[in-house]
Amino acid sequence: MTEKIPFDLVSPERLMLSEEADMVTLPGADGYFGVLDGHMPLITTLKPGVIDVTGGTLGDQRFFVLGGFAEVSPHKVTVLAEEAMPMTDVDTMALDERIKDAEEDVLLAKTEADRARAVDTADALRTLRASL
Amino acid sequence: MPSLISFRRRIATVTSIRKITKAQQMVAASKLRRAQEAAEAARPYAEKMSAVIANVAEGVRGQAGAPRLLSGTGSDAVHLLIVATADRGLCGAFNTNIVRLARQRIQALLQEGKTVKIFCVGRKGRDQLRRQYGSMIVDTADFMGKKTIGFTDAANIARKVLEMFDRGEFDVATIVYSRFKSVISQVPTAQQLIPAPIEAIAAGGVQQQYEYEPDEGEILTALLPRNVSIQIFRALLENVAGEFGAKMSAMDSATRNAGDVIGKLTLQYNRTRQAMITKELIEIISGAEAL
Repeated sequence: MTEKIPFDLVSPERLMLSEEADMVTLPGADGYFGVLDGHMPLITTLKPGVIDVTGGTLGDQRFFVLGGFAEVSPHKVTVLAEEAMPMTDVDTMALDERIKDAEEDVLLAKTEADRARAVDTADALRTLRASL
Repeated sequence: MPSLISFRRRIATVTSIRKITKAQQMVAASKLRRAQEAAEAARPYAEKMSAVIANVAEGVRGQAGAPRLLSGTGSDAVHLLIVATADRGLCGAFNTNIVRLARQRIQALLQEGKTVKIFCVGRKGRDQLRRQYGSMIVDTADFMGKKTIGFTDAANIARKVLEMFDRGEFDVATIVYSRFKSVISQVPTAQQLIPAPIEAIAAGGVQQQYEYEPDEGEILTALLPRNVSIQIFRALLENVAGEFGAKMSAMDSATRNAGDVIGKLTLQYNRTRQAMITKELIEIISGAEAL
């Protein structure tokens, strides 16, 4: 068994989680990727999606993030999330609201890049909604 | 000689003022604790953010395609000053100190022949600056009626600032706020936001070779606007903590002052009362003697 890797999840308002886990799965810019101890150093932006923390001291945990970025060094993972919440706290009503907002953003987006981002957000929200 | 009733009234007035200031002080003390915790909780994010930007910027610096938020527009003719103050008064010289620093900077910039634009965050600063520099104020924001300042509030301000930057309405942005040093000491500070100050970046953080996904340029384009929001957020939190600190000490001295005033008035009241009694006695005695 490999060593555990320390994982910090930070939101602008507070430090949400700081613990050691066997593996952390992150929604990277180019798709989901898992991080074990000894990963190569990497900085990536995150897409809206789900962070999976496996084998943590508090058991497995899942978090929903709406974008942000991750800094991975061989013995440390830090996620700076723009907005994050534990999956257990995700509330369907609020989520439906967000999906509607995101769909409006798609229609209102002025530039191509904005539109792509809005589409991503809406998709991620819909996937999340479906998985509940 | 003022009448006894007027003394009694003044004593009653000062007593109720003291009750108010005492209550304000206690409210500020409890809010201060929460504001301080919020300011501290936001610190890890801001620190990590600057460390990562330092790392990434190292790789991109000097390249032609460096984002304008990092390298600037190449001129510094138009300055945007974000003046962050509190929404409420009764906190001593807190707001005045911030505005004074802002004013000094405005004067200095105007003397150099630059154009100055002002973005007022907080009601008190807007009120104080409006008279003198009303025409320079391009936008305002306040948090009246809000219990706590969330990240979204800061992000909204940042979005407005970044939109202005994208439209080329200014070259350099600086935020003026009050750094929370301790409960009794808040230091008005001016911090440059755009372009991101390079020497500060160079000083922060360990250098490590990273893989980037997507490439450095794109990450920087995503990070720098976020960094602006974070810096604004941090400034606002420090401001809130500072405001309550200042309010606490201002209200503490007001309470003590009121106590002094009550003491003096009571003494005067008693003396006046005694003088009147003595006077009446003298009148009676001399009347009796005259018989």
